[in-house]
Amino acid sequence: MIPRAEADGTIVVAMSGGVDSAVAAALLARQGLPVVGITLRTWSSLRPADLSQQFDSCCSPGAVEDARSVAQALSIPYYVLNYEAEFDREVIQYFTEAYLHGETPNPCVPCNSRLKFGSLFTRARGWGATRVATGHYARVERDPATGRYRLRRAADPRKDQSYFLYTLTQEQLAAALFPVGHLRKEETRRIAAELGLTVADKPDSQEICFVPRDYRAYLRERVGAAIQPGTIRDTAGAVRGQHPGIAFYTVGQRRGLGIASSQPLYVIDLDPTRNEVVVGDEQELWTRELEAERVNLIAIECLSEPQRVLAKVRYAQAPAPAALIPLPGDRVRLCFDEPQRAAAPGQAAVFYDANDPDLVVGGGTILRQCKMSN
Amino acid sequence: MRVYLDHNATTPLHPEVLAAMLPFLTERFGNPSSLHAWGQEARQALEQARTTVARALGSGDKDSVVFTAGGTESDNLALLGAAAAQETRGRHVIVSAVEHHAVLHAAAHLQRHGFAVTRLPVDGQGLLDPDEVRRAIRPDTILVSLLHGNNETGVLFPIDRVGRICRERGVTFHTDAVQSFGKLPLDVGALQVDLLSLSGHKIHGPKGVGALCIRRGTQMQALIHGGTQERSRRAGTENVAAAVGLARATELALLDQEAAAKRLADLRDRLEHGLMSALRGVLRNGHAIERLPHTTNLAFAGAEAESLILALDLSGVGISSGAACSSGSLEPSHVLAAMGLPRERAESSVRFSLGRGTTPEEIARVLEILPPIVERMRRVNAGRAPAEART
Repeated sequence: MIPRAEADGTIVVAMSGGVDSAVAAALLARQGLPVVGITLRTWSSLRPADLSQQFDSCCSPGAVEDARSVAQALSIPYYVLNYEAEFDREVIQYFTEAYLHGETPNPCVPCNSRLKFGSLFTRARGWGATRVATGHYARVERDPATGRYRLRRAADPRKDQSYFLYTLTQEQLAAALFPVGHLRKEETRRIAAELGLTVADKPDSQEICFVPRDYRAYLRERVGAAIQPGTIRDTAGAVRGQHPGIAFYTVGQRRGLGIASSQPLYVIDLDPTRNEVVVGDEQELWTRELEAERVNLIAIECLSEPQRVLAKVRYAQAPAPAALIPLPGDRVRLCFDEPQRAAAPGQAAVFYDANDPDLVVGGGTILRQCKMSN
Repeated sequence: MRVYLDHNATTPLHPEVLAAMLPFLTERFGNPSSLHAWGQEARQALEQARTTVARALGSGDKDSVVFTAGGTESDNLALLGAAAAQETRGRHVIVSAVEHHAVLHAAAHLQRHGFAVTRLPVDGQGLLDPDEVRRAIRPDTILVSLLHGNNETGVLFPIDRVGRICRERGVTFHTDAVQSFGKLPLDVGALQVDLLSLSGHKIHGPKGVGALCIRRGTQMQALIHGGTQERSRRAGTENVAAAVGLARATELALLDQEAAAKRLADLRDRLEHGLMSALRGVLRNGHAIERLPHTTNLAFAGAEAESLILALDLSGVGISSGAACSSGSLEPSHVLAAMGLPRERAESSVRFSLGRGTTPEEIARVLEILPPIVERMRRVNAGRAPAEART
């Protein structure tokens, strides 16, 4: 018998307990490929009291049972790995730090690049695996001309998750498999039902997996001591009220300001150095230009001159035409043809090719803006 | 070829044990407490099993044996039962830092209820100095509980010497012999042990049965209340089939105990030497001599225990990283930590535990499979292995 781990090209499937990763595993296993299912256990097993507060999200105890039963149905080896400490360090701390600094985090981004395609990928190579598959809706291909691995939007535009994968390096993309990226969500569910998988009708996950209710209560619980009340000013500098902590606000937010005003007021900026919330009218949310840092380029090796792209500054947004302009270091400037609303520092700006709108050119983290007049 | 080297977690049921149990799960189903023929039949089998287990411990007093639902219950009964019965004399308990969680957590429970608990240290090789026990005993000490053979490292404690000290000082002495029972000769009289825990499924018996041997005269209270079964020390209808299975497994273990121990020690040494000569950076955790014949705990520098276990499983080899119940916990082994091993070494340590079915061919198979896996992990972890290109 050839030991399974020694067989060429063992594929590790990161199984969250949901239908997408279950079908990803099923599609690979059905092709006769050597597949190993893995769930990253991100919560503590040592505090049974916490279980009463658990909710049924990605990678929760209930999700492990679901993933295990799918693995059993597919007759593939399955393991649960302890990622409690790493998840805390790479995802939760990033999440809380971002809010404390007045930024709006994207926790799925580091979970993908640092955990699933980071340390899990490294470990998987130790087991003799060469690929990591997930249930993401995105597509990866190799550019025949340049040899680069390219990331494309999913076939199902409503489910496309390429936005959360823009940080993947060439090495990571070379190992990545997204078996449901070619499917529409209904097809995924249909395949799951055909295979008799118990998760076929499981609802889509919506929330941030580790935040049970609202993120503000979560922040208060985790880092409450670091959150200080401060002043709310308007863009003209006038004091307009008090706030319980900038961590509780997001750029573009309208509710919860507690200020009486004839015109609706919005959060325009969060200033961590002065611990101030800056408010203004709706018009002031719109920007034509922004800068992004920690840029990762996928379709091209480097950006030497300005390029036309379609870019978006949050997940739930249609990409808009813009010019992508190189800046020194790993930064870029985006100049949109039309002003964009509420580009929040900390969120990702992801760029798609203007002529090939499914193709991810790259992405970066939105920097705090100098407010430009439009 | 699949190779199971996790016998400290559990062992397969011996076919003869199953055969001995089956009648008591089918036609001989009586309740030992019943007066009629069905009950009497079951009673006789139960008491026969009790006699067998008592004799295996060198005790002529069959009533010293209380059947329980396993090693963990035996440990809990020993600690909590002795503490409850003797708390008017004192409220101080001594354990070691490397006990099984059944003892450590029972001791912590006592601590939460007002007892003082001393946790004795071990040295870098996992050994315990009996003089530490002598020094730790106070006027209010009522109980000393020490492992006989450590489940993670196999290291043996000097139970006989501790027994003598406790007897001299009039302190009840409990030993958790779950891993050594059936593998090494045990005589509760010679060891001067008052309470001894053992388990069925570590010696090819069924899961869900164990025993606590209680020396006559030891002050104890029951934890489970109800009928007068087990001389009122453990209420509830007896698990006759399991007790019969435990007894049969005990008989089989004693049949060729010495020869089996020598055979297992030879295989274990072959495994250790083979791995140490095939790979750099393999270190044994625990004393080389003072240990159980079938257990070894090894650190593989540059490899991660969880990954190693998983990779070996994918190749058909089953091992673990210490107690099955603490696998997956955030903290590395409390046993290795108590031995003062650096965290990094503890996190790269795994346990191999051999059993009666282990063959030289299986050991050879592990020696063939494991070194390349560790080498590969070291390459990957050192960041020197680029991802294999997509083809």
